[in-house]
Amino acid sequence: MSVIPPTTLPSSLALRAGSSAVLGQDRRLKLDSGVELGPFTMAYETYGTLNSEKSNAILICHALSLDQFVASPSPVTGKPGWWENMVGPGLPLDTNRYFLICANVIGGCMGSAGPTETDPGTGKRYGLNFPVVTIADMVRAQAMLLDHLGIETLFCVIGGSMGGMQVLQWASTYPERVFSAVPLATSWRHSAQNIAFHEVGRQAIMADPDWHHGDYHAHNVTPHRGLAVARMAAHITYLSEAALHRKFGRNLQDRLKLGYGFEADFQVESYLRHQGSTFVERFDANSYLYITRAMDYFDLAAEHGGVLANAFRGSKARFCLISFTSDWLFPTRESREIVQALNAVAANVSFVEVETDKGHDAFLLDEPVLFRTLSGFLSGAARQRGLSA
Amino acid sequence: MAESIANYNNGERRDGIRVDLQLIADMIDANSRVLDVGCGDGALLDYLVGFKQVDGRGMELSQDGVNACVQNGLSVIQGDADTDLRAYPDNAFDYVVLGQTLQATRDPRGVLSQLLRVGRRAIVSFPNFGFWKVRLGLLMGGRMPHTPSLPFRWYDTPNIHLCTIDDFLDLCGDLGVAVERAVALDKKGKRIGDGPSLPGFANWRAEQAVFLLRRR
Repeated sequence: MSVIPPTTLPSSLALRAGSSAVLGQDRRLKLDSGVELGPFTMAYETYGTLNSEKSNAILICHALSLDQFVASPSPVTGKPGWWENMVGPGLPLDTNRYFLICANVIGGCMGSAGPTETDPGTGKRYGLNFPVVTIADMVRAQAMLLDHLGIETLFCVIGGSMGGMQVLQWASTYPERVFSAVPLATSWRHSAQNIAFHEVGRQAIMADPDWHHGDYHAHNVTPHRGLAVARMAAHITYLSEAALHRKFGRNLQDRLKLGYGFEADFQVESYLRHQGSTFVERFDANSYLYITRAMDYFDLAAEHGGVLANAFRGSKARFCLISFTSDWLFPTRESREIVQALNAVAANVSFVEVETDKGHDAFLLDEPVLFRTLSGFLSGAARQRGLSA
Repeated sequence: MAESIANYNNGERRDGIRVDLQLIADMIDANSRVLDVGCGDGALLDYLVGFKQVDGRGMELSQDGVNACVQNGLSVIQGDADTDLRAYPDNAFDYVVLGQTLQATRDPRGVLSQLLRVGRRAIVSFPNFGFWKVRLGLLMGGRMPHTPSLPFRWYDTPNIHLCTIDDFLDLCGDLGVAVERAVALDKKGKRIGDGPSLPGFANWRAEQAVFLLRRR
């Protein structure tokens, strides 16, 4: 781990652009754990313009390690937004046509209420006193933000991976507020294998002596080694064996022969170390614990007597599910189970499996079939919604 | 399944869609709920949604077909008529369409039952194996038939359960399915029979047939 430099605290607290709202002042957010949260902050970004009928709003739900900076540079890293290939004028999520909102999830570390943030109620940092939240809690908080913004119904709610879980939760909890729903590369419940990977990540963080039982800020350190290992393990699950082999093979890094030591001999090692070290500069270790936990707890069928179809009964939304052939974290089979549940209640559903070797992360990459499918689906939905082109 | 549609073309089009698809479209009431099983590239579904304002869904085996449909704004899933109709509840649709696909299913009898469980009515079209050219080809040529509606060779055909019009009517009888309307088309797409029943010569002269069915 020698290549990973010690870092200072994530700079998110100091550097922050964009909008935020303090919610839950009159009516607190009742969490699944039974704890009530409020007042609390939601940080969000918007792109495009809300039309006078307020009928063109799209909520983008971000994945585990992403944030609200969808199509604008991250104030922490200065890097472009994570979906700039998808969100913009003339792109599938067309900012000339739609009003796009993305909020940092609660439990996150980019300005919404989470362990690194200050509790507006007490003036002190939440730390591990922040309550454990669920996907449903994240969605309830987003709904409160939409109330705050005066948006009653969403033209579309879209997201990949954990964002897709939120999309499904939205369709289930607020069917009357969702005109169309696009869950990408996701599942209706987190599998045992996925919980296992998350547990490896959490154990890596908690095994770092700098974690200090979550109180590292008070010691002016961060468990960057543990968080980097967590990211490295997780990053493997976002790729595929074929993509790793295509990219790196057994190529050596900056050397012509094996080093007979434990430096990064192989390019793939160097790549993973880089992924780990850049991640700790922008992400908070405690947030990682909270958000992975929220994903682990997600089981939409369990909320409905073990019958997934009941989660969607009566839904009028138009669904479009997209999975990727080489995604072994959220395999096509799990999307197909959602499609079957939607068919069982005769919901309006489209389903496309995209052929790619890029693994789970394909939903973030330039996949022409993904782009054409989303454009076609959204245009069809916009016609039904009466949105002008 | 998709191939059997894509390669089926008798050359005549009206209002932009194939004549057999137009015939099916004309059987469907406006504003109804329709499932098109084996919808191919979505030509019929697109017409029905655009001109008859139906609540239309599609199921298609080939991923290319599904992608083309969804990119065109149609609600279509990848699925197999033999296995995936079971997911739908009873009476979910006013019409379930199975165009030029029945002969490519593993279990045509089971599929036909499912069509009429999921839909209040079913519309089924298929190439007629009783067509005189098919009979003559086998009788005189001693080879498996090769016609515009049966364009495949014996070794690469998806059509594994071919039948004649009379065979199909027997199956409908066995399953207690009522024929509301039957239309027989000759090789030019011209109607040579249209009504609650077909003339006896249809089983000879029709290259394909379309049936509007309901539960008895």
